[in-house]
Amino acid sequence: MSASLEQGIHAFKEQIDAPVATFFSSCVRCGLCAQACLFYTETGNPEYTPIHKLEPLRRVWKQEYTFWGRYAKAFGLSKPVTDAELGDWEKYVYDSCTMCGRCSMVCPVGNDIAYMIRRMREGMAAAGHAPEGLVGATRRAITIGSPMGVKLPALQAQIRNAEQESGLKIPVDVQGADYMVLLSSMEIMNFPEFISAIARIFERANVSWTISSEAFEATNSGIQIGVSELAAELVQRVVDAAEKLQVKNVISPECGHAYFAIRWEGPNLVGKAFNFKVVHILELLDDLRKQGRLKVSSKETQKLTYHDPCQITRRGGVAEQPRNLLNMVAENFVEMPEHGTMNWCCGAGGGVSTNERADELRLKAFKRKQAQLNAVQPDALVSACSNCRIQLEEGLEENSMDIPVLSLTETIAAHLSDD
Amino acid sequence: MTKDQTIGEALRARGVSRRGFLKFCAATASLMALPPAMVPKIAAALEKARRPSVIWLSFQECTGCTESLTRSHSPTIEDLIFNSISLDYHHTLQAASGTAAEEDRKTAMKENYGKYLLVVDGSIPVGNPGFSTIAGVSNMDMLLETAAGAAAIIAVGTCAAFGGIPYADPNPTKARSVTAFLKEYGNRLPNTFTVDETGQTDPVDVTNKPVINVSGCPPIPVVISGVLAHFLTFGKLPELDSLGRPMAFYGKSIHDRCYRRPFYDKGLFANSFDDEGAKKGWCLYKLGCKGPTTYNACATTKWNEGTSFPIQSGHPCLGCSEPDFWDGGGFYKALSTPTGDITRTAVYAIGAGAAAGVALGALNRSKRAHMRKTHSKVGIDDLEKGDKS
Amino acid sequence: MTPAELLMWVRGPALQFATVVFVVGVAVRILEILLLGRKPDLAEARGSEVIGGLRTIISRSIPDRGTLQRSSFNVVAGYIFHAGFFLALFFFAPHILLLHDVFGVYWPSLPTQFIDALTVVSIITLLAVLFHRITHKVMRFLSRPSDYVAWLLTILPLITGYLAFHRVGLAPPLLMALHIGSVELLMIVFPFTKLMHAFTLFLGRYYNGAIAGRRGVNA
Repeated sequence: MSASLEQGIHAFKEQIDAPVATFFSSCVRCGLCAQACLFYTETGNPEYTPIHKLEPLRRVWKQEYTFWGRYAKAFGLSKPVTDAELGDWEKYVYDSCTMCGRCSMVCPVGNDIAYMIRRMREGMAAAGHAPEGLVGATRRAITIGSPMGVKLPALQAQIRNAEQESGLKIPVDVQGADYMVLLSSMEIMNFPEFISAIARIFERANVSWTISSEAFEATNSGIQIGVSELAAELVQRVVDAAEKLQVKNVISPECGHAYFAIRWEGPNLVGKAFNFKVVHILELLDDLRKQGRLKVSSKETQKLTYHDPCQITRRGGVAEQPRNLLNMVAENFVEMPEHGTMNWCCGAGGGVSTNERADELRLKAFKRKQAQLNAVQPDALVSACSNCRIQLEEGLEENSMDIPVLSLTETIAAHLSDD
Repeated sequence: MTKDQTIGEALRARGVSRRGFLKFCAATASLMALPPAMVPKIAAALEKARRPSVIWLSFQECTGCTESLTRSHSPTIEDLIFNSISLDYHHTLQAASGTAAEEDRKTAMKENYGKYLLVVDGSIPVGNPGFSTIAGVSNMDMLLETAAGAAAIIAVGTCAAFGGIPYADPNPTKARSVTAFLKEYGNRLPNTFTVDETGQTDPVDVTNKPVINVSGCPPIPVVISGVLAHFLTFGKLPELDSLGRPMAFYGKSIHDRCYRRPFYDKGLFANSFDDEGAKKGWCLYKLGCKGPTTYNACATTKWNEGTSFPIQSGHPCLGCSEPDFWDGGGFYKALSTPTGDITRTAVYAIGAGAAAGVALGALNRSKRAHMRKTHSKVGIDDLEKGDKS
Repeated sequence: MTPAELLMWVRGPALQFATVVFVVGVAVRILEILLLGRKPDLAEARGSEVIGGLRTIISRSIPDRGTLQRSSFNVVAGYIFHAGFFLALFFFAPHILLLHDVFGVYWPSLPTQFIDALTVVSIITLLAVLFHRITHKVMRFLSRPSDYVAWLLTILPLITGYLAFHRVGLAPPLLMALHIGSVELLMIVFPFTKLMHAFTLFLGRYYNGAIAGRRGVNA
């Protein structure tokens, strides 16, 4: 059944639960969410106030699930949500929101706005109002296996490069390995050094791992566009591969939304708890560090600061680990003002970078990160998400800032001790 | 005492020294909140004033007001001042009775037409003129008849001022205050109207006769004497509040002058009549004291020549100088409390609300369940609208 | 109707009506929300939902530094008038007696002069809050008619309470009646507006903290 307004409203109605109803009931229009959102702070446009991005969903909730709203609707006193309105709302739900959740941290009445945006996207997509770029990426992810269209041969080429670079064999489809590693297309195409980095770390730390040739993609476009059945299909591929290889853990690489998708949404999408654990690469690295299996023989001396990928730190719960690792490998690690769970989004996650229409806005949003960097004046910027990395590099170049962006994993690998 | 004696002469005849007289004038001036410069003027006026004729009509009343005003066991200045008026008609105090009394009244009215003071206590029942009569004349008619030649009317006591106790719900006699009665009936002719018997030759509309309300159940004695002194000195009534009461005595609430006020401010209340708080003399707000909304001089002037007043004796103020004090929600219910049983209402409402809420919540759930059941899968080809026109 | 009769009416039938509307309204709205429930979360928890939820109920009252700096007026003014309103409502002696009459509980009151001063501060703050809502671009953009109604219903009890206490302007029974009446108006309109946040914020903060706490994040 193709997309329509009815489909969209239908999806809205399905998505409303007790938290959503509570949040809409509680909003007092205080505007504090606006000053927490980089899309508002860098444009000054009040239309980017987070709670405003949910207005059509709010009205559906009111008209369908409250006595007074139903009463008003029955008497023709309420304003119905129209297709045109949803069209207008695309730029609020997709272009100017990465579901970074910073607004959810500051709302005084406790509204988790990012939670609601995720649900609203279900209706927007079903109504045919998801951005073109995301639709294309999702289609590619489902049909090809990667939103960027990366197929197995491309991965295999990168694996061969990694093997050459590291001098190590990259395990593929190894039955019974402890860890099955996923990779984002972004990493495979733009930052393939990640593969050799983890190969060397795992070899040194004696970690049994593998990549699955049947399910190697970490990115979940279904989450970004907001279509649960498609997101579930993508997760199921990983589950099938993990069960086939009988691995104990699945590793989510340096990609923000990928982690959130598999770790926190995964089992709910497929309707079953996993019989394997999901860990973020940083979680594993920190565990190895604690166990004394990960050692560095040299340290970064340049002044480093850390950009927290939203879906890993604030929405993912992996906040301490990168700091522990940085304290191990860096002599001069300085936190940004507003760091950790209150760090600012890079501006590109959640599908924003896949949406060409949002390019200009995305680069404007970067100015928030620029301000943070100006306050710290680091020699280099470390992060743990390839999508953030691309955005940061683009933003830094656009603003003529000469600060290299480093992957945390790769940085550790660069200083790996020989024993 | 003779009618022709001035007040000054009358006082001297009673042995009141000049000094004592001036002391009274000073006390009166301060009670009325008049400046000290007024004292000689009061003294001079009272000295020379002819004792005015006062006709006192008692209607639907209990005689409490008269009892209060005449209560004095030792001669007091106020008592003497009462000897400075010519009380020409008063049921309880006059010697005459029957036809003779009524003749006295009519003679006084005729001789002082336009100049006598009319004092009224008790309410006027309009439900049936027969409910309260004097010498076969209804209160309604007697008031209309006597008001015609009065210079002013002093409504003494809450019954006359606001309707008082007879006025309380359901007001079976349809009792009215003096002001209310005059407003409704003031332009009527009394049934007893005769040309020239009482000095009244033509019909008179008494609707707008000046009325001063001296409320209280009963009022404090010095309030009357203060009002009279003012009238005698200045020839007119003192400044009145919005309810027609002299500001000097009714301008401040009991609450604002109560000696227990610090306890109110600190939140120290007596919870019952014999608990620790009561024994310590704490605020009686919780026991229903109407002090905050009651205007009178009880807290400062007190009763029985400054002996005490209800609160000092440990009983909450009833608000007896206010309209509808009897229907004020209960003498022992604090002003800020609901008059009904709100707790019970709230409990029933919680029950009803819970039932309604569960029903509506169930409706919500079933609607959503239906939506989820009729979910149509979104495939990659369903992300764009079918009809692109 | 005389002021005394009006006062009797607001203390009597009007209060009964307002109580019914308020209690039924709040109960219905809360149950309408709660019964929608949450789908069980099948992802392995990292932290405790309950602890996270309870924690956020309290911690969300403390703004992060950035928010405090960027929206200082909103935060500070919000605290002042909420504190003023609550302290006046729950710690002014006659109110405590009212609540004791209805709920049977009793607690010490704050000095009347303090409550009096606090009321004045709260009224001034609320006026400033209105000015801010009208002039700040985000506030103005977001605000709906019901926001202004809620503002009016919040400031009226403070103003009428102040006037009733000081017996300014009109006869005291009338001032009392207006004060009680303004509260009844607030009670009646309450369940239909954002004022419900007085109850739902606990739920919302809980959900927020629980969802985050499950992931090991202190929200």
